[in-house]
This record gives sequence, C-alpha cells and structure tokens, in this order.
Amino acid sequence: MSPSTTSTPLPPGTAAPDFTLPVTPDQHVALAEFRGRPVILAFYPADWSPVCGDQMALYNQVLPEFTRLGAELLGISVDGSWCHRAFSEARNLHFPLLADFQPKGDVARRYGVYREDDGTSERALFVIDADGIIRWSYRSPLGVNPGADGILEALEALPAHGGIHQETAT
Amino acid sequence: MSTTLRFPIIAQDHVQGAADAPITLVEYGDYQCPHCARAHPVVKGLQRRFGEQLRVVFRNFPLTEIHGHALHAAIAGESVGAQLGNDGYWKIHDAIYEHQMDSATALSDAQLVRYGASVGADPARIASDLESDAYVDRIQADFSGGVRSGVNGTPTFFVNGERYDGDWSDVDTFARDLTRQSGERTARPAAAVPRSTHEHRV
Repeated sequence: MSPSTTSTPLPPGTAAPDFTLPVTPDQHVALAEFRGRPVILAFYPADWSPVCGDQMALYNQVLPEFTRLGAELLGISVDGSWCHRAFSEARNLHFPLLADFQPKGDVARRYGVYREDDGTSERALFVIDADGIIRWSYRSPLGVNPGADGILEALEALPAHGGIHQETAT
Repeated sequence: MSTTLRFPIIAQDHVQGAADAPITLVEYGDYQCPHCARAHPVVKGLQRRFGEQLRVVFRNFPLTEIHGHALHAAIAGESVGAQLGNDGYWKIHDAIYEHQMDSATALSDAQLVRYGASVGADPARIASDLESDAYVDRIQADFSGGVRSGVNGTPTFFVNGERYDGDWSDVDTFARDLTRQSGERTARPAAAVPRSTHEHRV
C-alpha cells in the first residue's frame, strides 16, 4: 500500500468547511444544520466495495453509542444519491449517506481527502465539535477498516456537550 | 486506532485451554458471519497443532443489522453455556458454525433450539431465553469491548493481546504468524511490536 502523499486531511483546530450535499435524490443537507452538536464525517471510497460495506455495517451497529454521545454520523462518498439509496437499503443503514457527486469530490477536496488518481475519496474520519471545529481527523490506509474506537475516544475527549457552555454552567 | 485488546480475559469469558498457555487467541465473532464459519475449522486446526500451548477465547460481535439471526444465535450459545457450563458452550458453538451454511433456515430459532438440545441442554429453556432476549447485556458488553479494542469486522483475532491483521484463512499461515506474533509479544514491550496491515478484509 502506498498512500498518496498529495492530500492531507484537515488537522484538528481547523474550522470545518461548510457544505451542502444531496442526502436523498430530492433532499439536501448542510453541515451548518448540525451546529450545536458533534458531527462525525466518515469519507469512504465507494458504496458496495467490501471494506466500505464492513465499515458502514460496523458504524451502523455502533450508532447507538455515537447517539449516546450526542453525535451525528454522516457518511460521504463520491457516489450519487440513487446509488447511496440502494446501498443504504441493502445494508439497512440508519444514518445518512451524502453524495459528493456534483461537482465530483468537491467536499473531499476541501477536507484534503480527495484521491486524484482514481477519482474517489480517501477512507478518512473527522470529528467536528458543536462549534464546527475539527477536533480529530484520521486517514486510514485505503483497504483497512479503521474501526470505531478512534471516533469514540475523540467524542469523549470533547468538552461538555453543547460546546459553548462550560461544564460548570449548569 | 487501537490494535490492542483493552479487556483482559475474565472468568465469564468462553475459554478453551489453560490460563498459563503461552499463546492466547481471542476471536471476536458473529455466528451468522460466513467468514467466521470459514475461520472455525482453521481455529480447530490451530488447536490441534498447538495443543496445550494455545488458549482460545470467543467473544460475541454480532452485526445484528445485517445478520438477522446473529443475536439469537449468540443468545442460544449463552443459554447453553449457562445450563451446561463451558464445555456445553463450546459444543453449541461448534454446532452453530458447522451448520451455519446448511440452509437459509439453519439459524432459525427452531434450529438453534435443536442444536442446543443435541448437546444436552433443555430445549424449553433455550426457547424461553430466545423469547425474552436473555443475555443481551452480556453480548452487548462483548461487542462494546470489541469496538474499543479496534475490532472492525468479523472475525477479528487478537494474539496475546495484539490484533492479528494477517491471513486467517489458512492453518499453516496462521500458525506461522501465531508463533511469530506471540514470540514478539513476549520478547518486546507491546508498543514496539510492528503492526502489519493487510490490504483487504475478505
């Protein structure tokens, strides 16, 4: 495996670039809509490929823990929304898949995880806090399912849920 | 990313082999996972080859959203284990994996009860445990612990506490790696063990 060195995921401390992407063939979602609670952005190369399937199946299963930590999980790939719909239905996924399809890979590019060589995105994870700041990012080797432990630790390391409130405020 | 087993082996674990065996293999598995069924005879082969040198531990990692029978299969295992003890657990464990591919209904509740009865457990009690989703907390605890340890699919193996990312589909290869990885673990601190990554999870 020779990971591309041309792209580097945006590091912690960076404001997460906002975006609006299709979440179904006729609905869009903007990152800004989730302000006030943490967001997990999971970029993956493609619907249907075996590792991605495993990774999304795992996140689907860990979803109650993400929810318990107040976080919203968003999967993103360059696949179109119809493809996402079929994939999501086949795997019984309970979280949204965003289509970074037009212009292709634009959001992946802005997060530093687009793969010019093959036109997909890296397998990369971002944990964004309630104020829209990236607090953790990780790029996995393309063929390796990164699991969920890094996400859970990053979520638990966030300050009190709600971000702007200090823990002592209530 | 964790590649280290975060939760040590405890008395409640399903264990085959002695606590002082030099090699401990922990498997996180799903009873409906076809890859786990393929791995099952490989683990048996390792046990034959290593004998008393190897301790095997099985922990539940049911992906219930894609495997509709995985939770009940895990419950059937726990029910038989509770009734008959460790030996009984491993008998139904073997039976489930050996029959998993038999037919589309191989892991139906009726069949799970039958496997349990065939190893000597009370079928009525298994049926009522399935009905009431007994042992779910224990199964969920296995799952959550696995997630924290970096389990990313099934089967995932740990050799003496370190995740094994090599090829588990072949006894010779796995046995060679088992010897090497366990040797490295005893010879050096955990942090110094080089981590191999494999390109694909089949």
